[in-house]
Amino acid sequence: MTTRTLAVVSAGLSTPSSTRLLADRLAEATVAALRARGEDATVEVVELRGHARDLADHLTTGFANESLRASIDTVTGADAVIAVTPVFSASYSGLFKTFFDVLDKDALVGRPVLLGATAGTARHSLAVEYAMRPLFAYLRAVPTPTGVFAASEDWAGGGTDAALAGRIERAAGELADLVAARPVATGPVDPFADPTTSFEELLRGS
Amino acid sequence: MQFGVFTVSDITTDPTTGRTPSEGERIKAVLTIAKKAEEVGLDVFALGEHHNPPFFSSSPTTTLAYVAAQTSTLQLSTATTLITTNDPVKIAEDYAMLQHLAGGRVDLMMGRGNTGPVYPWFGKDIRDGIPLAVENYQLLRRLWREDVVNWEGQFRTPLQGFTSTPRPLDGVPPFVWHGSIRSPQIAEQAAYYGDGFFHNHIFWPKEHTQRMVEFYRRRFEHYGHGAADQAIVGLGGQVFMRKNSQDAVREFRPYFDNAPVYGHGPSLEDFSRETPLTVGSPQQVIERTLGFRDYVGDYQRQLFLIDHAGLPLKTVLEQLDVLGEEVVPVLRREFAARKPAHVPDAPTHASLVAAAGGTTDSTVHAAADDVTGRTVEEVQA
Repeated sequence: MTTRTLAVVSAGLSTPSSTRLLADRLAEATVAALRARGEDATVEVVELRGHARDLADHLTTGFANESLRASIDTVTGADAVIAVTPVFSASYSGLFKTFFDVLDKDALVGRPVLLGATAGTARHSLAVEYAMRPLFAYLRAVPTPTGVFAASEDWAGGGTDAALAGRIERAAGELADLVAARPVATGPVDPFADPTTSFEELLRGS
Repeated sequence: MQFGVFTVSDITTDPTTGRTPSEGERIKAVLTIAKKAEEVGLDVFALGEHHNPPFFSSSPTTTLAYVAAQTSTLQLSTATTLITTNDPVKIAEDYAMLQHLAGGRVDLMMGRGNTGPVYPWFGKDIRDGIPLAVENYQLLRRLWREDVVNWEGQFRTPLQGFTSTPRPLDGVPPFVWHGSIRSPQIAEQAAYYGDGFFHNHIFWPKEHTQRMVEFYRRRFEHYGHGAADQAIVGLGGQVFMRKNSQDAVREFRPYFDNAPVYGHGPSLEDFSRETPLTVGSPQQVIERTLGFRDYVGDYQRQLFLIDHAGLPLKTVLEQLDVLGEEVVPVLRREFAARKPAHVPDAPTHASLVAAAGGTTDSTVHAAADDVTGRTVEEVQA
């Protein structure tokens, strides 16, 4: 049984946050779906709220401090990413976007991603499709066909609405299929490995 | 080991007074700083190149030639020379000329420049940064080493039968460093030619410096220029000193908080922890600087940034006094005591001439004129 790592990026701001709640549900369901496919998985959660200042500093300095670097390495070295944001002003939150802004543009190429979003009203539900999905298309990541949106009404009554539970199951299954089909992640790419292109080739412009 | 200062030539408002120096004032201040660097016993003065406000230094060889005429031992360098947007032919000409005027006290540090808008002003594209650095530098080397160059490349008009004048002083081109914060290709380039590698070592955590230098050393050895620990490494550094470290922090904080590049971001304390910035007593600067050796190995050149972010000239000159009197003598002694004998010093004109087996007059005399059949010398005789 191989062990996979799932990185969960949650951009929720309050405690408890419904964004984190959704992120945890997606992570649990994905772990279960991977187990069903004969794979073990560990989950590492990155709460972006704790990096609010680190991310602002990155914008001014151009580098990630130690704490943010550790979280970036967690996300870029994982087998899959579960990315969940609250919908603010009809899109992902600025904090969520800033985290993906500071990643290397190739850091998530080919990586399975499950997209999730939360909002106070179901009228924001397509934010996953028109805002999140293009962002991950740009990063050339591989989002699951099902993105999971949860509005306040989906959490009503203290339990998860059956329809939401069904979407979580379906999305987790899709993510598990993508992960199981890929070789185990080897961690972040080392830019200082000996070059595969010789300097003579660089000189020739190839 | 060489110690010196480098300046980016920014004209920045002093945040404590709200006063912004004029270009003329700042240019004169930088000349004063350069001369003072020699007076207090430093070895190197390096000047940046920029083509946009708030910087004045668009014409570094003019400035450095003036400094050369006003000094006698100071090594003049650049930080950096834009190998991407400058015509390599002009770099070859300008710096060979400077070499003659300065009696060989010249080396260069190549950089790509990361100011996006500058590239199109010079007909270039920032996305070609690495290929430009690779092609232009290869041509520059040939222009200094071959009397007559025939050349064709991707980024510049071809050259047929071109001779770059003046020829390098004593037949020996200036030593070249390559500066890059995070592009392994540039460290690779430095290693390929056996040139020096310089890391800015100011704006980023030390781990970046460490990894770039490790990579450069490994590749330097790979290309057969010597053992990894014999590669030629230079580091930047940023310091502000007062006798009492609390005074240094109090005085420097407004300059830090409003500095171009990193201002309005992390706190002085965070940035001091995350990067090599040292604000404190001379003893703290000595200890931190000696610690650089722990992660880059024995290195050849240490340059300090001391004059940016609107710091007034008087303060900068005081910093130079502290460097010259209290810091650099100790660093010189301590680094020398730690350095094994097989680790070379940074090349100088004298050492390069010696390595070439002596001076060569490489003057290229013009061929006879097509019309008169006479050479310039015959006409003048």
